[in-house]
Amino acid sequence: MKYIDEFQDPELARRLLDDIRATVTRPWALMEVCGGQTHSIIRHGLDQLLPDEIELIHGPGCPVCVTPLEVIDKALEIASRPEVIFCSFGDMLRVPGTGRDLFQVRGEGGDVRVVYSPLDALRIAQRNPDRQVVFFGIGFETTAPPNAMTVHQARKLGVENFSMLVSHVRVPPAIEAIMSSPSCRVQGFLAAGHVCSVMGVGEYPELAERFRVPIVVTGFEPLDILEGVRRAVRQLERGEHTVDNAYARAVRPEGNQAARAMLEDVFEVTDRAWRGIGVIPDSGWRLAPKYRDHDAEHRFQVGGIRTVEPAECRSGEVLQGLLKPHECEAFGTLCTPRTPLGATMVSSEGACAAYYLYRRLDVPAVKAREASPVV
Amino acid sequence: MCLAVPGRVLDIEERDGTRMATVDFGGVVKEVCLEYLPDLRVGEYAIVHVGFALQRLDEESARQTLELFAELGMLQEEFGDAWEMAAAEAGVDPVGVGPVTEARLAEMSAAEVSAEEVRDR
Repeated sequence: MKYIDEFQDPELARRLLDDIRATVTRPWALMEVCGGQTHSIIRHGLDQLLPDEIELIHGPGCPVCVTPLEVIDKALEIASRPEVIFCSFGDMLRVPGTGRDLFQVRGEGGDVRVVYSPLDALRIAQRNPDRQVVFFGIGFETTAPPNAMTVHQARKLGVENFSMLVSHVRVPPAIEAIMSSPSCRVQGFLAAGHVCSVMGVGEYPELAERFRVPIVVTGFEPLDILEGVRRAVRQLERGEHTVDNAYARAVRPEGNQAARAMLEDVFEVTDRAWRGIGVIPDSGWRLAPKYRDHDAEHRFQVGGIRTVEPAECRSGEVLQGLLKPHECEAFGTLCTPRTPLGATMVSSEGACAAYYLYRRLDVPAVKAREASPVV
Repeated sequence: MCLAVPGRVLDIEERDGTRMATVDFGGVVKEVCLEYLPDLRVGEYAIVHVGFALQRLDEESARQTLELFAELGMLQEEFGDAWEMAAAEAGVDPVGVGPVTEARLAEMSAAEVSAEEVRDR
């Protein structure tokens, strides 16, 4: 009970934990998909508060982490050009490409700017008509609608010097890929609440049925996560596998229909490579043909850049739940926030960063490896 | 970046044909696009992500989530100076060149120092 008194409602947390303890009769492995949930879990010690039978596996829910090295290299190439103002969210600055990152590109004289919103990048383009302004469009279903609206606005307003380097990813195909892997141990999912705020829950029943896996839409607060676990465990113990919404205050079943309509207009589904994992069919979006004029990959001819990811970073296994961050030999030694091998160590939502930040350094690597199912 | 943060609408106006709001995120105020939630009103709370309101939220939930994100340092990550944070993490000056200064070292998180101590053992 190390952390429970820090909860907003410790009594409710105790009741949820008691209920979980009373329900669970055998081991279950649940995957939380969202990196924000991972941080909340580790910060509040939820994985240690839960009964031993329940293992929380950290999923690929950090968009920064899953952006492939090849896309980072394309961004670095574009950002290095003198005619370009390259705009990005702040958490991409230190994600390593081949040999350097956006932070270093600025140190070398590149005009790299951090924006809060993609609309800020559009405004920069309007104010600098003699420059090329490129926005780095990555993210899951939560980020894609704002980026889609920005491209739509650029075309509507005739801002020709604005383009976007797009590498958006979608959660349901990732769940499908994880469940299809022979080494998969996941028996239930805590689905990412804010992704579902946009997309609704309509994509999940087919997955729950096909893989016979409960999917519980879950928020970020410790009590939300305990409630998500409670509902998932109850289903598992009963042999059920349905979609359950434990975050109804922020998730309507149909999601945000205006946002979904804009996504369909601006983007089209495509195969995407996930860093450390490889290509997952239909797992991403790219700009639809009618928006090709605003596609930075096309405008700057960087489509030919091909990058092989280094083997020493095992973030791909971390992102698939096959390896806990501290089980990696490089964790905390070769790989730290100052010298990251992969994005999972520098992203604010990365699992490795969560373990590092909250000092989960106490599990000996050898012991952990013996317990790991990694093949 | 993937996280969306709850905020309270302070005022609303049309700008260049786009519905925009000023939104308060626990003290930080930002411009937010309401095109995906056009019927949001002044005083209401919404989940906002990278400058776009995406879904309504009740006041109590919004407050609790804001407190949690502040505690996790995520508000700082969302609204703070990204260059300073990246520089502190990289151990260099904010412009991205030059060695880390004593002052910058002092700003490094206790967690990072702690991890280095563990590594050195």
